[in-house]
Amino acid sequence: MSELTDPAIGVDLDFPSGGFSFDNVHRNALIERHISSHPSSSHYPDHHSSSSSANRVVLPLATKTGTTIVGVVYRDGVVLGADTRSTNDATVADKNCEKIHYIAPNIYCCGAGTAADTEKTTELISSQMELLRLNTGDRQSRVVASCTLLKRMLFRYQGYVSAALVLGGCDVDGPHLYQIYPHGSTGKLPYTTMGSGSLAAMAIFESDYRDDMDEVDALGLVRRAILAGIYNDLGSGSNVDTCVIRTDGTVIMGRNDIMPNEVGPIRERVNRSDALNMRPGTTAVLDDAYVGSGGRNGGTMMVGGVSLADVTVTAMET
Amino acid sequence: MSILEYNGAAIIGMAGKDCVGIASDNRLGIQYQTVAMDFKKIFKMNDRLFVGLAGLATDVQTLDQLLRFRMDLYELREEREMSPKVFTNLLSNMLYEKRFGPYFCEPIIAGLDGGGSPYLATMDLIGAQAHSRDFVVAGTCEGNLYGMCETLWRPDMDKEVLFETLAQALLASVDRDALSGWGGVVHIITREGVISRELKGRQD
Repeated sequence: MSELTDPAIGVDLDFPSGGFSFDNVHRNALIERHISSHPSSSHYPDHHSSSSSANRVVLPLATKTGTTIVGVVYRDGVVLGADTRSTNDATVADKNCEKIHYIAPNIYCCGAGTAADTEKTTELISSQMELLRLNTGDRQSRVVASCTLLKRMLFRYQGYVSAALVLGGCDVDGPHLYQIYPHGSTGKLPYTTMGSGSLAAMAIFESDYRDDMDEVDALGLVRRAILAGIYNDLGSGSNVDTCVIRTDGTVIMGRNDIMPNEVGPIRERVNRSDALNMRPGTTAVLDDAYVGSGGRNGGTMMVGGVSLADVTVTAMET
Repeated sequence: MSILEYNGAAIIGMAGKDCVGIASDNRLGIQYQTVAMDFKKIFKMNDRLFVGLAGLATDVQTLDQLLRFRMDLYELREEREMSPKVFTNLLSNMLYEKRFGPYFCEPIIAGLDGGGSPYLATMDLIGAQAHSRDFVVAGTCEGNLYGMCETLWRPDMDKEVLFETLAQALLASVDRDALSGWGGVVHIITREGVISRELKGRQD
């Protein structure tokens, strides 16, 4: 941060200094020890299997992106692509999430791995890139700069921030495409895939990639690669998102570029039983309360039970 | 046994036409031992914004206190109420700050945005946001809740139909889950005000 912050501005003490907090780590370790020494309940038989280690899994799983993400360089720019499924264990947590993250107006980044890590890491670097532009007076960010910031961040956390990224963009030096692994290693490539669907997508790239493709061919290749991931990898699914970044500075975000798995039309075709339409009065209610909204409409704001209108302001004695 | 299943919970957020609802069960347990049947898991942040916290009870209450503090501070400083979008980012960042020693809590945010249309969001225990236009669920019977919501939800429900849908989805789900239940509560948020109803549920 030091390289990006002007010390003359000083530190605002009202804001937390930033960075991770490890306050709960010791407590959580104790909880883990406590739970694993009392597997399930001692009063009840274990339903799973008596010697199961699966029963001792204590730390909850974070949401993963699962993911097929790809990137390819073509004659006049870069095309990025991603699927839109995020999973929590085997449950689909979000059927239409966004995995192509904004870094700068001319740089975007696809993220795979732990959903929160990809989201927050790209958000942080995006903000650092904007500060860097303002501090240096540059009009345009360079792709290699954001690649460096990302790899430094990931290397610092030894791979525990599990974000696998495909970074693409165009700057004064032309189009660039980088892959960044969670441990901080990077590669600069003409085409790349990442995530659990990377093998399915790479199969398409290895057979169909050509140097100096035009935009239509590159976009078609990316779409086919993502669709290969969607259909052949269980961690990937739903829709195809694409993003074209051209050397002339224009960007075309193809959010939900292809939607082959829409449920809307299928839902409409289902003959819905009238028994599923809830009628008012079905549920037994013990207590019913109604609170009209005050605050905004009444013109007075309530804070901690006190209306701001009730507070009398008196001049301070000096 | 995950620590998220230590106390038991079931929470649903669901969108209707110009209204949004949030529902939870009432049970607090310690694994299979029920301790209380009136445990609060849904918290009112302002007239148009509720948050439901499923997970470890101690973290549910800690997060409520932290959020209350940040909300009051924001309202005093800005002299306006926090929008659901800002609130979601606030909570997401609070959870991600504890990335390597998390609160064991999965939140659901239900509210009306500036234009009065439904806002629904959920996140995992380290703050990865997921937004939805129909419904969001969390808790120990997540699978059951998804099943009921996929079956019963339909677009543009009015507030009374939304209440019945939420209530029936919740009650049917918790009856097939040992760790949640003992009645429930439903809040329906409209532009005019909030309807809060205690549900009669099975006591076993």
